[in-house]
Amino acid sequence: MIAVRTARRRVVVTLLCLVVAVGLGLVGITAGSSSLTVADVARTLLGGGTAGQQLIVFDLRLPRVAAGLLVGIALGLAGALTQTFARNPLATPDIIGVTSGASFGAVAAIVLAGGSYSVGAGLLALGLPAAAVLGALLASAVVYGLSWRGGVDSYRLILIGIGATAVLTGITTYLIARAQITDAAAAAQWLVGSLSGVSWASVWPVLVAVLVITPIALAQSRDLEVSQLGDEMSTALGVTVQRHRLLIIVCAVVLTAAAVSASGPIEFVAFVAPQIARRLAKTARPPLLASGLVGAVIVVGGDALTRSILPGEVPVGIITTIVGAPYLIWLLTRRKQRENLA
Amino acid sequence: MTETTPALEVRGVTLAYERSVVFDGLDLQIEKGRITTLIGANGSGKSTLLKAFGRLLTPDSGSVHLDGRPLRELPTREIARRLAILPQKSLTPTATTVRELVSRGRHPHQSLFRPFTPRDREVVDAALAATGLEQLADRDAGSLSGGQLQRAWIALVLAQEAPTILLDEPTTFLDLSHQLDVLELVRAVNRERGSTVVMVLHDLSLAGRYSDRLVVVGEGRVLADGTPWEVLTPQTLRDAFDLEALVVPDPSSGSPLVVPVVRTATTHAPASPPTS
Repeated sequence: MIAVRTARRRVVVTLLCLVVAVGLGLVGITAGSSSLTVADVARTLLGGGTAGQQLIVFDLRLPRVAAGLLVGIALGLAGALTQTFARNPLATPDIIGVTSGASFGAVAAIVLAGGSYSVGAGLLALGLPAAAVLGALLASAVVYGLSWRGGVDSYRLILIGIGATAVLTGITTYLIARAQITDAAAAAQWLVGSLSGVSWASVWPVLVAVLVITPIALAQSRDLEVSQLGDEMSTALGVTVQRHRLLIIVCAVVLTAAAVSASGPIEFVAFVAPQIARRLAKTARPPLLASGLVGAVIVVGGDALTRSILPGEVPVGIITTIVGAPYLIWLLTRRKQRENLA
Repeated sequence: MTETTPALEVRGVTLAYERSVVFDGLDLQIEKGRITTLIGANGSGKSTLLKAFGRLLTPDSGSVHLDGRPLRELPTREIARRLAILPQKSLTPTATTVRELVSRGRHPHQSLFRPFTPRDREVVDAALAATGLEQLADRDAGSLSGGQLQRAWIALVLAQEAPTILLDEPTTFLDLSHQLDVLELVRAVNRERGSTVVMVLHDLSLAGRYSDRLVVVGEGRVLADGTPWEVLTPQTLRDAFDLEALVVPDPSSGSPLVVPVVRTATTHAPASPPTS
């Protein structure tokens, strides 16, 4: 009976998050320097509207909102996967070294390739996301490889990930400190995480990543549940522990790398979204789909906020940090003793 | 497959942790439908051997056979339908009810395309009933006492419906009364379902009371093997456990009772029970 009720609640929460995310997306299309009404947007989306409105909606605002939705889904889902797999709500994909690897890759591309603003235009469209993805994949592969000792244990993986993150962050900071001022500014801008300057070209890779990875991740959700009982019990119950663990890590890494390549590292989404989704759905572990959709709500909502209410377009990465950090502290101060794991 | 096929068998198995070899070329067969208990001193490798039987540890050489077939040729999910294991260390998940925990035992019988069925529910209900946990089914597993939690883990193992069951020190951390509860339950499962049980126990007298066969391991080999009365002799206890002990018939069950000999003459305990 209880199982049925929680399952139903999970479905309702997931659908609600979907509705809110899409709704915020539509609101997001109206927000910006040249204001459109909801009616304008609806008319344009249905094929009407002036040429100017079509340009704003289809070429500027829609890719930005789509990127926001997809980046949010990717980060929220990746966070739910790592938190559940590591049995720790603080275990975001960042700690496997993905984000710091991506940042290192992107900053190295900006600084070492001499990618100043003039050179940047072409490089930013093609080279930067690729450099970020490369950095993310390399860093997480090295962390995974170093953690391997006849199998990977999540505790060792996290400790080595923290070490790798420290090293990569150090090198990244050094690169910025030594860079030309314009490159340093571009790198700092990228590191904050922002959806401004997003085009359809940056949407497609994230869309493909989300479409490919989500079913793989969902197919692992039963094994993920069993793996909460420890490695030996999981093996006893027929889970191929190391293969399952590798799949979960690959899913989280690919999702995060794709998201970061599109928008830069948007902080705290992968951490906060699964915890919000878990509390909304009242489940023991973060619900995967709902976590992704809460991530989408956070990113799209935050981005709409920066464009409509706040002056001078604050990057969405700042908003998520300002909202996310206090949430983390609040979570740590109020949570009950037994409610402490993901 | 005839009845004489052993439920489990190791052939020429070498087991090692890092560089220290625990067993070298070990052969052992476990008959179907009986309770076999592995005993031995600390560090003798009894849990290591149990892990090898349960594919939790891969032998460096030799092979392990389940119902006559090599473990390495069987898919792990199929092994899980034939062989259930209660490891020494399992993690109790947070915010999970006892019923949900026990339901995990159905995992090897489920797949993406075959989710939880009414039959799974019946099996879980039966496992909860067999372990006396019906009243606690909707409680959070994290709120159970040690004895209740151990019964929940055993219920999970029962829900797996595997004909062969491995239990690694199922009575650790339990008081004597709860140890007896668990072992009575194990024997009932063995007698009623015909399950093959292999377990590791520390308490020699309880091992003698609840086992059909005892296997003493140590020094990388089997030191003694047989019925409790054959195995629990003062000589074996001296050799395997470095223990001076008397073995007397248990006044309650008739099984061998191991009574360690007093080591120092000065003892503060009364020499005889008070007479009143």
